[in-house]
Amino acid sequence: MATEAETGGLVFHPMDQFIVRPLFGDGPVGLFTLTNATLWLALTVLAVAALMIVGTSRRAIIPSRSQSVGELAYGFVYKMVEDVTGKDGVRYFPYIMTLFLFIVFANFLALIPMSFSTTSHFAVTVVLAMAVFLTVTILGFVKNGAGFLGLFWVSSAPLALRPVLAIIEIISYFVRPVSHSIRLAGNIMAGHAVIKVFAGFAAIAVISPLSIVAITAMYGLEVLVAFIQAYVFTILTCVYLKDALHPHH
Amino acid sequence: MATETQSAAGNGMADAVGVEGHEAAAAGPGMPQLDFSTWGNQIFWLLVALVVIYFILSRVALPRIAAVLAERQGTITNDIARADDLKRQAAEAETAYEQALKDARSEAQAISQRTRDEIKAQVATATADADARIAEKSGEADKAIAEIRASAMENVEAVARDTAEALVAALGGSADTATISQAVDSRMKG
Repeated sequence: MATEAETGGLVFHPMDQFIVRPLFGDGPVGLFTLTNATLWLALTVLAVAALMIVGTSRRAIIPSRSQSVGELAYGFVYKMVEDVTGKDGVRYFPYIMTLFLFIVFANFLALIPMSFSTTSHFAVTVVLAMAVFLTVTILGFVKNGAGFLGLFWVSSAPLALRPVLAIIEIISYFVRPVSHSIRLAGNIMAGHAVIKVFAGFAAIAVISPLSIVAITAMYGLEVLVAFIQAYVFTILTCVYLKDALHPHH
Repeated sequence: MATETQSAAGNGMADAVGVEGHEAAAAGPGMPQLDFSTWGNQIFWLLVALVVIYFILSRVALPRIAAVLAERQGTITNDIARADDLKRQAAEAETAYEQALKDARSEAQAISQRTRDEIKAQVATATADADARIAEKSGEADKAIAEIRASAMENVEAVARDTAEALVAALGGSADTATISQAVDSRMKG
């Protein structure tokens, strides 16, 4: 993927944008080192705070623009949680809102040129996906006890098929965090890498107009992807949560 | 980043990474995502970021937005209720107005009826009065005409008598007054 074809003047380093570097100095990346990843995580937090705290600070009955956007995000995620998980899932709304806002702001900040895409890293998405997976699994057993295993026992299927289906269900259950994390990081990484490749082609004067058009088109697509992937991650989290709260099909 | 990349390329490095030191080693086969030496750092800061966002949302932002939405809902509900109330009041006022209009109309009709009746009665009495007066006047006139006629007859009689006397005298006869008047009377009756 990161192969660099150095032919003539063409130099492709599509994956270099994802390298984690210390912000200050050139030392190794330790556990607490401030890196470019740290910077963009912090900017994500600031963006969330700007929208959700500064934007809503006037508590107006007739909302300002930023307050409208904040309320829109609130209503969007709240309705999603309520629709998918039901009334008893609303308790977990703050956690899901945290996930959604983090991913959506990280994705959009990553679209700023020269920025760093935190959500393109498996280190980030795996932690998010594993957090969802573990929470949902533990919650399922706490809420339903052994009844949570009914999730894997498809009672509507013929009895002979049920053990086979149970194996498939168990496999698919454990594949969930893998697909959950790779989908997000893969989409973001691929889009950014493709933009970088087109940017590399711009070095050739003849191709550069085409290259710029292609970058613009890709950028538009990436804006969609940035939101859609956050939405997909969030709604899948809701679906998994619903399975934990109501394991019977 | 791009400039670093360019300078690295400018160094004529043909290797796959194009960055130096630990990064070159770390980036390994090419995917910085699979450089596990940075995972601890990323995960640590990610958890910090998530916890901060969670507290921002659960302590400040979400309750505030929920309160604003509830307040707005309350305001809207109140406004709608008040609008309904005002609408009902308006409807009541309209029915009251219409009732008043109907009353006024029927009263006006009654008044005009009454006035018409009064006028009719007045006209009737006035007409009767006038009739009576006309009858009286015509009675008087008849009497006067009768008198006039009577006196005229008398005059005619006297003239006839005088004429007859004069005629008798002129013819050389002499007649007493009684005979002449008797003859005139009988002639006039005839």
